[in-house]
Amino acid sequence: MSVLRVEALDARHGLLKAVRGVSLRVSQGEILALVGANGAGKTTLLRAIAGAHKVWSGTIEFDGADVTNVPANKRTRAGIALVPEGRCLFSGMTVEENLLLAGRTGRKGPWNYKTVLEAFPMLSPIAQRKGGDLSGGQQQATAIGRALMTNPSLLLLDELSLGLSPVAVNAVYESLQTVIASGATIVLVEQDLSRVLRVSTRIACMLEGRIVLEGRTSDVTKEQITEAYFGLRRDAALEVGA
Amino acid sequence: MIDQIVQGVLLGGYYALVACGLSFMYGVMRIINLAHGSLAVLSAFLVWYVTEQLGVSPFVALLIVVPIMAAGGWILQRTVLDRSLRSGPLTPLLSTFGIAIIIDNLLFERFGADSRSLAPDIGDLSYKSWSLPGGVTVGQLGLLTLATAVVLIVGLQLFLKYAPLGRAIRATAEDRDTAELMGINSRAVYAAAAAIALGTVAIAGAFLGMRATFAPYAGAAQLIFAFEAVVIGGTGSLWGTLLGAIALGVVQNLGAQLNPQGFLIAGHLLFFCVLAIRFFAAGRFSGGWLKALRRQPA
Repeated sequence: MSVLRVEALDARHGLLKAVRGVSLRVSQGEILALVGANGAGKTTLLRAIAGAHKVWSGTIEFDGADVTNVPANKRTRAGIALVPEGRCLFSGMTVEENLLLAGRTGRKGPWNYKTVLEAFPMLSPIAQRKGGDLSGGQQQATAIGRALMTNPSLLLLDELSLGLSPVAVNAVYESLQTVIASGATIVLVEQDLSRVLRVSTRIACMLEGRIVLEGRTSDVTKEQITEAYFGLRRDAALEVGA
Repeated sequence: MIDQIVQGVLLGGYYALVACGLSFMYGVMRIINLAHGSLAVLSAFLVWYVTEQLGVSPFVALLIVVPIMAAGGWILQRTVLDRSLRSGPLTPLLSTFGIAIIIDNLLFERFGADSRSLAPDIGDLSYKSWSLPGGVTVGQLGLLTLATAVVLIVGLQLFLKYAPLGRAIRATAEDRDTAELMGINSRAVYAAAAAIALGTVAIAGAFLGMRATFAPYAGAAQLIFAFEAVVIGGTGSLWGTLLGAIALGVVQNLGAQLNPQGFLIAGHLLFFCVLAIRFFAAGRFSGGWLKALRRQPA
């Protein structure tokens, strides 16, 4: 059963169509990687799914219910959590406060303050430091932990490695393995193709607001993704082994 | 001199009491509530009305008036301010200015132009004082006002720091969109913040009535002093508001020593000096700022 179903979704920035007629499905336990060049519409699509960006047309179904016009806070309470691009921590609040704040949704699940600190050991020693005083890697770990505190059934991760050092990226992905191992359903936006191919179960490549390549990661070659990524195959949307 | 400073600190306690609701509302929602003074006067009238009708002390009347004002804050936010906020920063200013006019005129319509006071209802608390060495006198009501302001501000700070709703208010104040992504209903949080702000206004209104007289159009003066205290102390900071209010009270009292008109002038001068320092510190008067001004089309 699909946890998430997006049908013919359009989203705009002013007059600019950032997402054009995107349809996709994400099943339980799947890790879908969304790749594409800057401006391809990945972040807008993720934000539209989370309710942080207004949908122009189309529908979003989550757990079988139409959530297209449901406000972001209710979607989070229903089980959608977004780790936004740039982390967006509350800089005046400590790591602990950032995490506890997100735990207010009242959703039951495996994630609480203790289990998040176990999954992200780097957060324990900095729990009383303010969000604005953290390094990029620490901020990202806090942002993921904060999203997990809502006990989501769908986790949306936007540009995890953006602005992080390779060491920090490795540390974040290492901790993320615990989340992946727990069977979480994830939509991941990532620029690092090699890492995407290792982590995801399905991949979708966006170009100019459209999905131009979609398929199981095991069935897609890096060359196919690269061609779709740079728009070298613009004849038709390509579905591989889906 | 020392006595004047002490009296200034006590007066600052009253200003802090009036200003903390204004500061709280600005800190959370970035709304400069121009109806703040009128709401304080409305509260004073409500406390006076309950006191007269039920024959109770103003402090007991507050048990009724604080929830009424808090509920009013909630409704005001959901019906007027929330919509105003979506229309840009100028609209809440105009909305609250309009609300102030409505409140002032409704009070005038209902109670007339006569001044009223709650002082007769609190017995000798309104004039009793302690004499300290060095010719310093400390009024009991003034001290109670200052203590109430400090307790209120400490209470609000603890609430913001430790209560789940307090954390939600801080998060929403910092980044409304991200707070929504954490499952926080920002509209409800704003309404709760407005309710808290107007609850503090109710307390300020009661003390206004106890320490002086009040009339339907007295709101503007309350707003000006509260606004000055907030700006002097740093907008949106509750501790800053307390310090700003005390600084304002002390300077006003010292100014009054120099000249009968000095009370108001000294306060306004402090306000403008702080503003000017802030502008200089922010580089607003730098060459770039002036050049930008010259570039404006005629």
